[in-house]
Amino acid sequence: MSTVRVDNLTLKFGTLTVLESLDLEVSEGEFLVLLGPSGCGKSTLLNCIAGLLDVSEGSISIGDRNVTWEEPKDRGIGMVFQSYALYPQMSVERNLSFGLRVAGLPREEIRSRVAKAAAMLQIEPLLQRKPAALSGGQRQRVAIGRALVRDVDVFLFDEPLSNLDAKLRSELRVEIKRLHRTLSSTMIYVTHDQIEALTLADRIAVMKGGVIQQLADPQTLYNRPKNVFVAGFIGSSAMNMLPGRLNAANGSQAFHLGETPLPLADYEPEADLDGQRDAILGVRPEHIRLGGEAADASVTLDGTVDFEEPMGADALVWLDIQGHRLSARIESGRGLRSGDRVPVHLSMGSASIFDRNTEQRV
Amino acid sequence: MASIDMPAPSARTAAPTGPKPRRLSPGRLGVYAFLIMSAVFFALPLYVMIVTSLKTMPEIREGQIFALPASLTIEPWIRAWSTACTGRICEGISPGFLTSVKILIPSVALSVVLSALNGYALSYWRFRGANLAFGLLLFGAFVPYQVVIYPLIIFLREVGLFATLPGLILVHTIFGMPLLTLLYRNYFAAMPVELFKAARVDGAGFWGIFFRIMLPMSVPITIVAIILQVTGIWNDFLFGLVFGGRENMPMTVQLNNIVTTTTGVREYNVNMAATILTAAVPLVVYFVSGKYFVRGIAAGAVKG
Repeated sequence: MSTVRVDNLTLKFGTLTVLESLDLEVSEGEFLVLLGPSGCGKSTLLNCIAGLLDVSEGSISIGDRNVTWEEPKDRGIGMVFQSYALYPQMSVERNLSFGLRVAGLPREEIRSRVAKAAAMLQIEPLLQRKPAALSGGQRQRVAIGRALVRDVDVFLFDEPLSNLDAKLRSELRVEIKRLHRTLSSTMIYVTHDQIEALTLADRIAVMKGGVIQQLADPQTLYNRPKNVFVAGFIGSSAMNMLPGRLNAANGSQAFHLGETPLPLADYEPEADLDGQRDAILGVRPEHIRLGGEAADASVTLDGTVDFEEPMGADALVWLDIQGHRLSARIESGRGLRSGDRVPVHLSMGSASIFDRNTEQRV
Repeated sequence: MASIDMPAPSARTAAPTGPKPRRLSPGRLGVYAFLIMSAVFFALPLYVMIVTSLKTMPEIREGQIFALPASLTIEPWIRAWSTACTGRICEGISPGFLTSVKILIPSVALSVVLSALNGYALSYWRFRGANLAFGLLLFGAFVPYQVVIYPLIIFLREVGLFATLPGLILVHTIFGMPLLTLLYRNYFAAMPVELFKAARVDGAGFWGIFFRIMLPMSVPITIVAIILQVTGIWNDFLFGLVFGGRENMPMTVQLNNIVTTTTGVREYNVNMAATILTAAVPLVVYFVSGKYFVRGIAAGAVKG
């Protein structure tokens, strides 16, 4: 088990700066997810940690060792790639043992390690097959096995499930989680899939433009996003963003949506609010109730139903409130029709308010 | 009997099911006509060569070049192989065959291995100036041979390799490398780079990745490279003539000497047999591996 520390890391390709002065600390046995849209630098960061890219500035430490100039094989890492990257001409067994054979380990040792990894991943029946004769899920298991046999302290996953179909993805997700529990190794996992991130991670680092926007545990990330980008990126039906004005002058604190003041008694600000400013109110669809059943709501508005999207267990209702579009998650089968006028309850305690200029949470 | 319902013919044509019926359209006919004509056009010279090589000289003098031989003889083939005269030496083209093999094998092996290594280094280990090196190499592929022959002669004379077998092999290796490097580079560029990364994490170095991962994966392109080099080097005349010297005349040069001999009777049947014998090696290579050839060229050419 090892910690991973990235200090002041900068990476440039020619004149293009991909990562700039990035700091990150992953503690022992932690499962950290790097989450972000494509091109945000998350895979690049992972490649730097793996030693597959030379950094321009800064340093990387794994355990107590500064490994900035070390070769990938000397860093004590195992890596799993999106495209599996199995050696096509070798059988599964030889794929698993390749790294060990290169390192010149004794044959007995190799055999026992391969057997152990194969048992852990339930791929023993596949050992003599070539990768071409495996399904996508099996291939990714083998790829994970190849990292396992190296007996390392840190595992790096580069979007390992992105090439699989939805069912396999959720199966392997559980398996990776279980693996983490069994091995309690440090794992760094890159993905653009927020469900993977939220389900797997101890902590998530949301990245954009080579900068970590917020590093927090999944609950905090979901409930108290630090800025507009994180708020919009996390959540599978996106957070509603309502522009308005924040008024914290003369004692009464309220968010003014048009002419309607929404009192902020339940809201926990980052710092004491004062003065007036343009702001954005962010409310998740599940924090909106329709009709008379909302005891926890602090604010009630008038809305018109636009249409309903049934999603099985629940439904997403699109509403029109003072010219703003808003989505609300409700239980299915409410039978709302377009044009219906309903009272809309917002729970301000679970809402987020952002400064419209800085886009930071207030 | 009358109660059996037969669908009306019009109904059958209105609702097509199953495979579409094949019809010979005028366009198809045209394509076939063109293909047959092309085949005849290209096959006819070969036919004439084979037929002529099996005739006796008196029969050839009758001038019926398309006629089948009246009395089969393999005497011209034996003469071509072992007793036809080039100048004063009458040993046929068999010594040339041996020389060609001696030139061919090391040249092909060297150029293929070096080019594979070049292509691998150029696509995975991006060193400073890699693009420039690749550009220069490509430029080398387009320089006409005749331009560099004289400087090359001087160079080989200075290092003492002129008119020697190693010298000739060196020349073939150098001239084969630009195109083969391009082939290998593009082939490796089309491979997922994650494979290379995985091998590095597994601890393999420059040579380890090359020999244990990349080379076993490049069998198709290696077959293409070997075909290209075997046919190219076997058919070469210019380099063999210029750099081989008297001792190392390849088969093509000897063939030329036999065919262009101006003394005595012109033995067409022997010339034909000698030509077919000389062309046999690349022909066999093509017949055996034509499938790989097309596949590999396509694989190497699509991605840049």
